[in-house]
Amino acid sequence: MLPALFLMLGIGAVCGIVLSLSSKVFYVYEDPRISLVEANLAGANCGGCGYAGCSAAAQAVVEGREPAGVCIISSKEGIEKVAEVMGMDVGEAESPQALNLCEGGLRASDKYNYMGISSCKAMAMVFGGKRDCTVGCIGLGDCVRACSFDAVIIGSDGYPVVNEERCVGCGACKKACPKDIIEVNTLSEKLLKFNQEHDALAPCAQTCPAEINIPRYINQLKAGQYKEAVQTIRMRNPLPLACGRVCPHPCEEECRRGIEDEAVSINQLKRFVADYEMNTGTRIPVKCAPDTGKKVAVIGGGPTGLTCAYFLRRIGHEVTIFEAMPKLGGMLRYGIPEYRLPKEVLDWEVDGILQLGVKAFNHLKFGTDFGLGSLMAAGYNAVFIGVGAWKDYSLGIDGEDLDGCYTGINFLARISHGENIPLGRTAAIVGGGNTAVDCARTLLRMGLDKVYMVYRRTRNEMPANEVEIVASEEEGIEFVFLAAPTRVIGDEDGKVQQLEYLKMELGEPDASGRRRPQPIEGSETILDVDMVISAIGQSPDASFKSQDPHARMTELELTRWNTIDNDPETLQSNIPYIFTGGDAATGPALVVDAIGSGRRAARSIDLFLKGEAVEPIENSLLQKRIKESIFSKVDGIKKTPRAKMPELPVSERLDSFVEVDLVLPEVEAHREAERCLNCCRICYNPDVPVSS
Amino acid sequence: MEYFEIFIAGVFINNILLAQFLGNCPFLGTSKKMETAVGMSMAVVFVLVMAGMITWVVDTYLLKQLGVEYLRTVSFILVIASLVQFVEMFLKKSIPALYAGLGIFLPLITTNCAVMGACLINISKEYSFMKALVSSFAFAVGFGIALILFAGLRERINLGRVPKPLQDTSIGLVAAGIIALTFMSFKGMV
Repeated sequence: MLPALFLMLGIGAVCGIVLSLSSKVFYVYEDPRISLVEANLAGANCGGCGYAGCSAAAQAVVEGREPAGVCIISSKEGIEKVAEVMGMDVGEAESPQALNLCEGGLRASDKYNYMGISSCKAMAMVFGGKRDCTVGCIGLGDCVRACSFDAVIIGSDGYPVVNEERCVGCGACKKACPKDIIEVNTLSEKLLKFNQEHDALAPCAQTCPAEINIPRYINQLKAGQYKEAVQTIRMRNPLPLACGRVCPHPCEEECRRGIEDEAVSINQLKRFVADYEMNTGTRIPVKCAPDTGKKVAVIGGGPTGLTCAYFLRRIGHEVTIFEAMPKLGGMLRYGIPEYRLPKEVLDWEVDGILQLGVKAFNHLKFGTDFGLGSLMAAGYNAVFIGVGAWKDYSLGIDGEDLDGCYTGINFLARISHGENIPLGRTAAIVGGGNTAVDCARTLLRMGLDKVYMVYRRTRNEMPANEVEIVASEEEGIEFVFLAAPTRVIGDEDGKVQQLEYLKMELGEPDASGRRRPQPIEGSETILDVDMVISAIGQSPDASFKSQDPHARMTELELTRWNTIDNDPETLQSNIPYIFTGGDAATGPALVVDAIGSGRRAARSIDLFLKGEAVEPIENSLLQKRIKESIFSKVDGIKKTPRAKMPELPVSERLDSFVEVDLVLPEVEAHREAERCLNCCRICYNPDVPVSS
Repeated sequence: MEYFEIFIAGVFINNILLAQFLGNCPFLGTSKKMETAVGMSMAVVFVLVMAGMITWVVDTYLLKQLGVEYLRTVSFILVIASLVQFVEMFLKKSIPALYAGLGIFLPLITTNCAVMGACLINISKEYSFMKALVSSFAFAVGFGIALILFAGLRERINLGRVPKPLQDTSIGLVAAGIIALTFMSFKGMV
């Protein structure tokens, strides 16, 4: 009896001593808040939050990786107590929401029919599913069964519909789906989502540089939900009014309807809903994520700067725009004439962005009025440079500095300022791009008798938008093709009198795929003009690099075209906290390209501010096409003509700067929206049933 | 050869889960997902080998010397529980990577009857230290094999159409019974 007692005491004592000693020796500091937080979680160890047990979730909350509402089955009081322990505001948590990305449903054609399997996961294991589409919904409802909150149902079209009020964002449906077509994302994640190779994307949405979900907003327009359509556009593009007017719509080139018929007039539909919002006079409220307390400086208030600022603001960062010109808008304001994009419209759009809480300072030039040093001193955590490409290339010919010679962007900007420029009677515009056409049409409206456009190739090679070229032909601009200016001849007062050019002929195609013009010897020709505007392209003005006294600035790498060198996918420059996009990084490009890169930069800046690695998106599509989604023929199309853009008659155009292109009437817009096939990756709604 | 026989017997013939029916709680609880089943198996191998060694030492040098073998069960519980706690603390400090993998399973094993049962079997068969070690390892491997097999099976069963009353644990128990029957065929091999 006694030995047994002593033995038990002994073992107990040894175990106790060893454990207490080892708890001292092997002590690992743990935040005391972890156990406090854990005590306020539901304690079910259900794993619904995505962590292995409540203590792991508590740890994530304390480390700041999860909001107070991490526990999906916690009561409101529980969440409040957790928030109290952490000293945060309950409202700060951004709640994720599930969303189905596939709209294929029953219209997606079946590859085969195998009776008996009632689960998507099993079906996916059998040759990847019963549908033709490799990414689309299988529709057997694994997500419905996975949802503990009855928030997912299979809708009448055969694909899952999420009830937003019931969804708690636990992600169970996403885990259950073998096809990754349900995403559970917060607003910030949705705003910063980029097209990936495995996404269910229509050809137009793959092509759009801003990655707008085009089929969705056209569908919303069809249903009369104009406000929702504008919101869909605003998820990707904060400048729908401007884009709806000036975008050369690369999306329409890839429109599936365009294979058999005329493409859907996507851009006019965008303009229709955007104009609808403006004409109602009330802005649709735009939601922003809770403040993060990080500050970002955006240099340049053009399309890319505005976009970057808009997205950074919407995901909760504090943004300040610094603009060198008197007003925001960049090339939209100073490079695009009033008759294409009225200043009134632009002001309304820019105001909308500023109203989100974006601060802006005008008249401040980077490098001279302020520099990198002053931004750092003011506590900015990251800098976005979107200064555009404002320096006109010079022709490099004699007489270029004569009185009456101007350069394209400089000329347009001065006109926009309202500056009085002495005009002649006849003018020659050198160049074939949009800037050249804008100069020509502007001059015509200012009362010149004759405007020539001198271009060294032919009409087919002109980089300007087709609609612009057609409009300038209608307005009576004379084109001088295959002509390379050789010198400007002045009179004794130093005023422009004539432009001499050499005639050209087209030779072999060059690197850009266009046929290279070659001069014809001895073909000098004289054109009588008293104004010459050269608009042969621009490069960024990188003078800030040498003017900024901050030592770090000299390290910023530029390319040989004077653009800022950056990682093409993350847009980070060689200085980690400087990001860049738009024309300043790519050279002159489309507004919609600038918008796309502004958002891309916002994603990288967000990663940088969170202290995460700034890495490219995995399987990023980057405007490549998904092969299986590009068809060579489309069945079930009934040819219907595309809506014609209403225009001001030529007679009314020339004496004023009134907007030329008009918005579609509502009936027309609906008819045009009906032409949309609501394409997805491979399925679409044909006009007439297709026999399989 | 003797060690080999002990090993085979431990893994298949006297499989701790399917022949001895010990440790049924983790067998059903952690076999829903392959991932957790693998984690649990690793943790059991780890703990069972250590417990096998220490209980043999306690039995031979303490209980038998003092002639109090009847205290075996209670003292083993104490020793194994303390051991697991100790190992957990040790891993957390010294090998955080291993702790991250096994961490959540270790406390589960504190009260696992498979561990306890294996140790008691070792003693009752009067194995030497080395034999006890091999036998503990074999039982642990047997546990792992059965658990991982069963997890694979259950993942597949989840895809099938199971009548509602039989879903989840019920069908799990039915399946476990059938596998146990097949394991009976090993009987008499050694």
